[in-house]
Amino acid sequence: MKRVNVIQPKALLKVIAIFLPLLFNVNGLASAASGQSSDVPKNSAAVVAGAAVSAPAAESAHGAEASEGEEKAGDVIMHHILDNNVFAFEPFGSVNLPKIVIGGFDISITKHVVMLWLVSALLLIVFSVVGGKYKNMTARNAPKGLANAMEALVEFIRLDVAKSNIGHGYEKHLPYLLTVFFFILFCNLLGLIPYGATATGNVNVTLTLSIFTFFVTQIAAFKAHGVKGYLQHLTAGTHWSLWIIMVPIEIIGQFTKPFALTIRLFANMTAGHIIILSLIFISFILKSYIVAAAVSVPFAIFIDLLELFVAFLQAFVFTMLSALFIGLATAHEGHEKPAAGVAHH
Amino acid sequence: MLTSGIILLAGSLLSPNPGLIFWTAITFVIVLLILKKIAWGPILTALEEREKGIQSSIDRAHKAKDESEAILRKNKELLAKADAESDRIIREGKDFAEKLRADISQKAQAEAQKMITSAKEEIEQEKRRALDVLRNEVADLAVRGAEKIIRTTLDADIQKRIVDSMIKDISTNRN
Repeated sequence: MKRVNVIQPKALLKVIAIFLPLLFNVNGLASAASGQSSDVPKNSAAVVAGAAVSAPAAESAHGAEASEGEEKAGDVIMHHILDNNVFAFEPFGSVNLPKIVIGGFDISITKHVVMLWLVSALLLIVFSVVGGKYKNMTARNAPKGLANAMEALVEFIRLDVAKSNIGHGYEKHLPYLLTVFFFILFCNLLGLIPYGATATGNVNVTLTLSIFTFFVTQIAAFKAHGVKGYLQHLTAGTHWSLWIIMVPIEIIGQFTKPFALTIRLFANMTAGHIIILSLIFISFILKSYIVAAAVSVPFAIFIDLLELFVAFLQAFVFTMLSALFIGLATAHEGHEKPAAGVAHH
Repeated sequence: MLTSGIILLAGSLLSPNPGLIFWTAITFVIVLLILKKIAWGPILTALEEREKGIQSSIDRAHKAKDESEAILRKNKELLAKADAESDRIIREGKDFAEKLRADISQKAQAEAQKMITSAKEEIEQEKRRALDVLRNEVADLAVRGAEKIIRTTLDADIQKRIVDSMIKDISTNRN
């Protein structure tokens, strides 16, 4: 107990000694910082001078932000969140990604495509290692290390997501659900590391993923009920006089489900990043170290940790809802009513 | 901040990008197919096998428990039976021993009685015989004593005189 009492004031004094000059010289340092950050635009300005395309324009906006403040902060944030053709490593320069146009379609490799590929590469590496371990494993050995960590997630998806929502015949959909879960999870997590971009924060990516869920759901429904059963499903088992209302509602319902998936994932991932960036930009806009130390950094750290949780949560929610929709589509009439009740919540 | 709102509403966040959709679809499908082959297959079969293994282990353990309980019950029954058997044997042995002891002691008593009576008879006989012998001995002794007495008192001169006198008597009487 005595030692703690001695050390604590000392440590506190040290911290104050470090921060005091900063706090007193707020303005001087702030201007120095703006001078530092204006180094970056100098570099990029040289690039911009030659190219003068839309993407580097955003770069110059980043540089101008220090002097112009509020108006441009929004641009920088959007630049970080939106997709573009430049993979920027801020103080070290940037990589221009190739632009590919085939048959009138622009299929350029953008920042988010690169992230998707990074995620895919990571997934393939991790799961080739894990899968290799399982190939050499008998029922008597226990997994350890990475295999054990992944098994916990796989087992969770298998039992708590797939089996409990789809029920009979859930094994068929497991590869899709597992892939979608880990794909989204890795996308979300890679978006949290510096220089990363959140591919799942792009509506096109989430739309594609939910279209897959849509197709999987529809095919599962057709397989489970046949064409006649599928059409009967659209009437929701009501009297024929209500069909004129029910059928359009059910058809719209088929599309709202993937739409909700799209928006939910995209909005969650985007919102988190906007909040973090906004918190950090508060200190730049107010040009104050006190705000940076007291507000921006702690809150940004807090939101970042929250994002870490959200990364898992949203991957789980997407998978969970996919499984739920598949379960709803394949459910037989006996299960229809309680399952429908869940869907409305 | 106002700008960001305008950009959002202007739709750059929600703007469609066919290229990205294309790449996402291609990437996802390829990843799905590869992962299905290299990871989900082995992992899921391993999990199922383990699940089955655990289930069968549990079943086997339950069966083994039931079996062991049955064996235990049987053992207890056997033990109880053996206990009862041993009790019975001990009781029978005790009874037999008791009877045997009673028999033997009775027999021994009878024997002893008989021996006592025969001994008494013998003693009586012996006593009688001893008395006879004693009596003969005493008679002999008396005779021998008398003989000794007689022999010592019998003097040849006296006897000669007695005999001479007797002969004289006789001769005088004849004459």
